Amino acid sequence: MIKYLITRILSVIPVVGVVTAVVFGLTYLSPGDPAAVLAGDYASPAQIEAIRDRLQLDAPVFSRYLVWLGNTLQGDLGMSLFSGQPVLSLILARAEPTITLAIAATLVALIVAVPLGLLAAQRPGTIADRAVLLFCVGGMSIPAFLIGYLLIFTFGVRLGWLPVQGFAGIDKGIPEVARHVLLPAIMLGFAQTALIGRVTRASAIEVLNQDFVRVARAKGLGETAIVVRHCLRLVAVPLVTVVGTSFASMLGGVVITETVFAIPGIGRLLVEAIQRIDIPVIQGVLLVSAVVYVVINLLVDLTYLVIDPRIKYT
Amino acid sequence: MLEQPMTNAVLSVSNLVTSFRTGGGWKSVVDGVSFDIGPKETVAVVGESGSGKSVTALSIMQLNAPGLSRVDGSVKLEGRELLTLSNADMRRIRGNEIAMIFQEPMTSLNPVLSIGFQIAEALVLHRRLSHAAAEAETIRLLEKVRIPAAKSRFHEYPHRFSGGMRQRVMIAMALACKPKLLIADEPTTALDVTIQAQILQLIKELQEEGEMSVLFITHDMGVVAEIADRTVVMYKGKAIETGATEDIFKNPAQPYTRSLLSAVPKLGSMRGETRPMRFPIFDRTTGEPDETVETPDTVKGAERPVLEVAGLTKRFEISSGLFSSVKSRIHAVENVSFDVRSGETLALVGESGCGKSTTGRAIMRLIEPSSGSVQLDGVDLLKLSANDLLERRKRMQMIFQDPFASLNPRMKIGTAIAEPLIINGVANRSEARDKVADLLLRVGLSADMANRFPHEFSGGQRQRICIARALALEPRLIVADEAVSALDVSVKAQVVNLMLELQARMGLAYLFISHDMAVIERVSHRVAVMYLGEIVEIGPRAAIFQNPQHPYTKRLLAAVPIADPARRLQKRSVPNEEVRSPVRSADYIPPVRQYREVSPGHAVMVWDAEWEKMGTSGQSV
Repeated sequence: MIKYLITRILSVIPVVGVVTAVVFGLTYLSPGDPAAVLAGDYASPAQIEAIRDRLQLDAPVFSRYLVWLGNTLQGDLGMSLFSGQPVLSLILARAEPTITLAIAATLVALIVAVPLGLLAAQRPGTIADRAVLLFCVGGMSIPAFLIGYLLIFTFGVRLGWLPVQGFAGIDKGIPEVARHVLLPAIMLGFAQTALIGRVTRASAIEVLNQDFVRVARAKGLGETAIVVRHCLRLVAVPLVTVVGTSFASMLGGVVITETVFAIPGIGRLLVEAIQRIDIPVIQGVLLVSAVVYVVINLLVDLTYLVIDPRIKYT
Repeated sequence: MLEQPMTNAVLSVSNLVTSFRTGGGWKSVVDGVSFDIGPKETVAVVGESGSGKSVTALSIMQLNAPGLSRVDGSVKLEGRELLTLSNADMRRIRGNEIAMIFQEPMTSLNPVLSIGFQIAEALVLHRRLSHAAAEAETIRLLEKVRIPAAKSRFHEYPHRFSGGMRQRVMIAMALACKPKLLIADEPTTALDVTIQAQILQLIKELQEEGEMSVLFITHDMGVVAEIADRTVVMYKGKAIETGATEDIFKNPAQPYTRSLLSAVPKLGSMRGETRPMRFPIFDRTTGEPDETVETPDTVKGAERPVLEVAGLTKRFEISSGLFSSVKSRIHAVENVSFDVRSGETLALVGESGCGKSTTGRAIMRLIEPSSGSVQLDGVDLLKLSANDLLERRKRMQMIFQDPFASLNPRMKIGTAIAEPLIINGVANRSEARDKVADLLLRVGLSADMANRFPHEFSGGQRQRICIARALALEPRLIVADEAVSALDVSVKAQVVNLMLELQARMGLAYLFISHDMAVIERVSHRVAVMYLGEIVEIGPRAAIFQNPQHPYTKRLLAAVPIADPARRLQKRSVPNEEVRSPVRSADYIPPVRQYREVSPGHAVMVWDAEWEKMGTSGQSV
């Protein structure tokens, strides 16, 4: 078990190494000159050259990568080319909205999708089942921004119930956070709902066909007790995988949702950095996302231990 | 065939009709079945697969898929009609007044809930016990079904229990609320014979203690004879014969019952015979046997054996820890030696986990043996390179237990049979087509079936297809791993007869791996008994069956249910022992075994005092 944990934690290193190397290479290949962007429209070639010199942008990409890697290993993610602030503090400043949004969206998705999936699984082939499936297919095929604008139009503009822009920090109190986060969470959770609903349905159908469910019925248990006590934990195994992966990817920044609702999260930070070719920030965000991804996947795998007593890691 | 209705019946089923929705219409699977079960009585419903016996049981419990099935007629529990009850009322009956145990102990328990919880659940539900009281009662129940160290096992999960122990847990669960009726649907079919004997004995004892009636669903006439007071014979959804078990066994009225009873392989029926014998095939409409054909002497005693196995050993290492050090080993096959001659059948018999299948696979080099030698026609297979092995493998083929799982569902059976010919470059496509037609005829199918898919065949036909595929390369040796174990008795007889015919015609050598003593007695020339990876006794079939020496061989033979109802009332002392595990610590050095020759060709392992202590219990006392 300890060996397993050590192996898994060490496996972060190659993942992060590959991710950052690829990103470094891509930013190098992409058009645009960070020095020119930084200097502004009216800068002279000499000024641009000075900036380039100061930031050592002329050094070979490989040696720049090594320098960056060395600093990173010492906990220094560098400074933003644009604002000159430390990358780490930029990311931390944007973390709260993204984390709140990711948690809210996951909750919305779970609350809607799991009951729907279970409902469909209990009556496969019926109208209820087909309706759930249709909803799931719709959720996956309708573009998220369309749903976002529909939500804004309906609840923000026409009904005026909820704010359509911005974000409230936790210091403003939970009701205020909830008011701001609800619409983006629904938009973001919509596609997740579809995915989670389908996975729940498929997995629950499989579990409900197992011999031990028939035994539970023969015991005299009602359908609700069978689903809750005998199925839910087994359904949770594939569910945790899907939810964990999508949660991790949301933490890496949800670009479209944050843009639509003008939320100052990590996704927007990344978009801004890309527009400004702010390589240290891009690198920093991707590095943090990669680490978060690996850690969450590790947590997912550890959750299996709690859910299923047959699983043992050696 | 209807008997007088019982006045005090616990369960009274009359004119039960169960239909399933198929495509457009309703198809009846159970068609007008009636029977009564008296207090403390055991009634067996017996029939072959598809006869509707399990559906009858599920209909009584109303556990068939709702919406897709319909149950008509009447099912009365102590005079109370069950079929008209509401769902909620029916739930109060299930697990409380009628309990049920199922065939597959391995999948019948929820893997993520502790066994204690699963038993206590029924107590909390029906008897409104508090959790503490339910736990105490559950431990008492676990003790009652003779699970060792019951208290400490309350919180354990099903995967820590063997098949036999899980079936005990199932029984404890079923008996939790002291039901009036226990429905047992093939409860011992998936278990080893010695474990089967234990479970049957346990059900009998608990029935007496609990004054409970039992409805026992089975396909095994031996089990029926062992346990049932009365028997209902089902055929194609109808109860064709009902009566006291003794009467049915002695004077079966229906031809089908006669054919079913006659088809049961009987241990000891080969006394005095030297060669294997065909099973007589009984006509289902007349109940008369076909002509018996003498099996010719097929064994080529003078030639060098086709297969010579010496010192074959296979150990699986179990490693764990930081440096993956070997913590223990499974001694699956340990120093096994035997040979098989052309035209000879050597049966490898033993219970699950004894290493018989591993031996078969190691011989085929489907798994790599740890040491030893396997010579096929004098060539040591274990020393061959991968290419040479492919060449040699043509001479040996394997047939598996589950014919459906061993055929690709999307491949036409003609293609499946031709595949070995084509990949080995033995024949081109048109030659292969002719060969397939010939092979299909040889296994008793028709040539035009080549274009069908596996699901269009019955289980017996599928096994014939697998045999045809194995024969395609004209092998010298066939390893048949439980090849007839999953088949109904009558089909089993036909497939065994086919194998005997093919042996006579083609001089095949068979390594016949099975746990079924009665079939082995019929087909084999010689028998090797395996226990914990080792051969404990090997010899001519007659010597093993009529003069068994090793305590384990004796125990195995004693555990086989005998299709003779007169034995039912005898109490058998069955040792409450598990099939032991061949997992040993990493530093275990297997002892050097001595074999004693009993008579020419009959050798028995010299056993130690431990066996004497256990004795040969299992025999009638």
